Amino acid sequence: MREFIRAAAITGAAGAAGLLGAEALVEAKGAPHGRKLASIKKGFALNASDKVNAWEDITSYNNYYEFGTDKSDPAEMARNFKTEPWTVTVDGECNKKGVMNLEDVLKGETLEERVYRHRCVEAWSMIIPWVGFPLANFIKRCEPTSKAKYVEFYTLYDAKQMPGTRVPVLRWPYFEGLRMDEAMHPLTILVAGLYDEVLPNQDGAPLRLAVPWKYGFKHIKSIVKVRFVERQPLNTWQQQAPDEYGFYANVNPGVDHPRWSQNTERRIGEFLRRKTVMFNGYGDQVASLYTGLDLRRNY
Amino acid sequence: MDSVDNKSAFRIPHSALIRWLLKPAVFLAGLGPVAWLIWAALTNNLSANPLEDLTHETGVWTLRFLCVTLSITPLRRLTGWNALIRFRRMTGLFAFFYGVVHFLRYVWFTVFFDLQKITDDVLKRPFITVGFLAFVLMIPLAITSTKKWISRLGGKRWQFLHKAIYVTGILGVIHYIWRVKSDIQNPLTYAILLTLLLGYRLWHKFRTVPVVR
Repeated sequence: MREFIRAAAITGAAGAAGLLGAEALVEAKGAPHGRKLASIKKGFALNASDKVNAWEDITSYNNYYEFGTDKSDPAEMARNFKTEPWTVTVDGECNKKGVMNLEDVLKGETLEERVYRHRCVEAWSMIIPWVGFPLANFIKRCEPTSKAKYVEFYTLYDAKQMPGTRVPVLRWPYFEGLRMDEAMHPLTILVAGLYDEVLPNQDGAPLRLAVPWKYGFKHIKSIVKVRFVERQPLNTWQQQAPDEYGFYANVNPGVDHPRWSQNTERRIGEFLRRKTVMFNGYGDQVASLYTGLDLRRNY
Repeated sequence: MDSVDNKSAFRIPHSALIRWLLKPAVFLAGLGPVAWLIWAALTNNLSANPLEDLTHETGVWTLRFLCVTLSITPLRRLTGWNALIRFRRMTGLFAFFYGVVHFLRYVWFTVFFDLQKITDDVLKRPFITVGFLAFVLMIPLAITSTKKWISRLGGKRWQFLHKAIYVTGILGVIHYIWRVKSDIQNPLTYAILLTLLLGYRLWHKFRTVPVVR
């Protein structure tokens, strides 16, 4: 019988390992519904016409490494993330340096629904009904000086609340940058809501960026600092792997990621792949920003 | 005359126990991940990108079964339970099975049987190159896994050929490390496991070499 016990133990261990692996994927899907936002302007002219992705998709499948590197981690780990009170520090080449409460950032802004195509650098995409306002409005209020050629953004770095940051998978805090004309472009928005509700934590509450012609990693989440600078900044992923991620990160089917093709994408909810469109289909609005720039080198 | 004889009236022969109870049990356990994937798909427990889950799960289970297969010889030596060897073909074939599903997922749902794209990927993208090699190396091992092939090749040659599983294991782990974006904790676990399993073999080999003075 000794053999039997040994084999049973091995089989049992294998089975338990299987269950553990399985358990990791079984999680409650999506965010609970939050507070409804009032008086949202609707009918943006450039709203995506494709089928909008479900709330469950947008709130259960997230890249937000501060809360873990699995797509399902943020939905679970950001559940108790505290977004009130929240402040945004304004710094660098501008006249209105200081610390602003989130309420003051939002004060006077008309929230508008923007249904954007969202293309991740990992070659998947979603259609997302963001609620936000033009970043340009906020920037004007900061009164950048003539030296301000670029804007940097920083995500909160709080190891107590963000278990993912206890592991050095990236250099924290996460930061991103835009050229001033990209930041001022009317398509670039600060997002405070999703599906007419307050933005769920796993999607970057309380304030994140949406730059729909760029890959998802430019859409920095949970912004606590905005800094105006003269020189082109780095960003987290460029710092991490400069041969794979650049400063511009414009959606471009002609420039492959070294490890996979960017020519097609999988729309979440679909089984066939779609052709990826230059500038994610926003070329008419943004291509002129890049005339004369070699997009193969400036990926 | 044997001390167990007095209670051996109901004793199941050792080999029958393995054949009729343990082997089916291990076989069912090997199908566990498939059952789980099907269950999860039916109950909406996969992520919003189920094809990615399929890739990940089958890839990881290939590595797991490779590690289980590679742990049989060390376990056999450490425990003295030689019958463990009778499970090795099955676990090896399960590694191959999950590797096939992993590869087919890519061929079907990433490149849609486009041979040009497959060639491009294999030639241009190192992580695919090593993954592809790891997979291809498993094919002759799966084919020659039968008793017939062992006698056809002869034990020595067969054993030599099947050392290719070491290469598959190493390439498989490299494939995983190169695939992840920045968090290499999981692939590193397999790298360590594999180092132990292959390291044990090296240690065993040199330990048993007689010292000539």
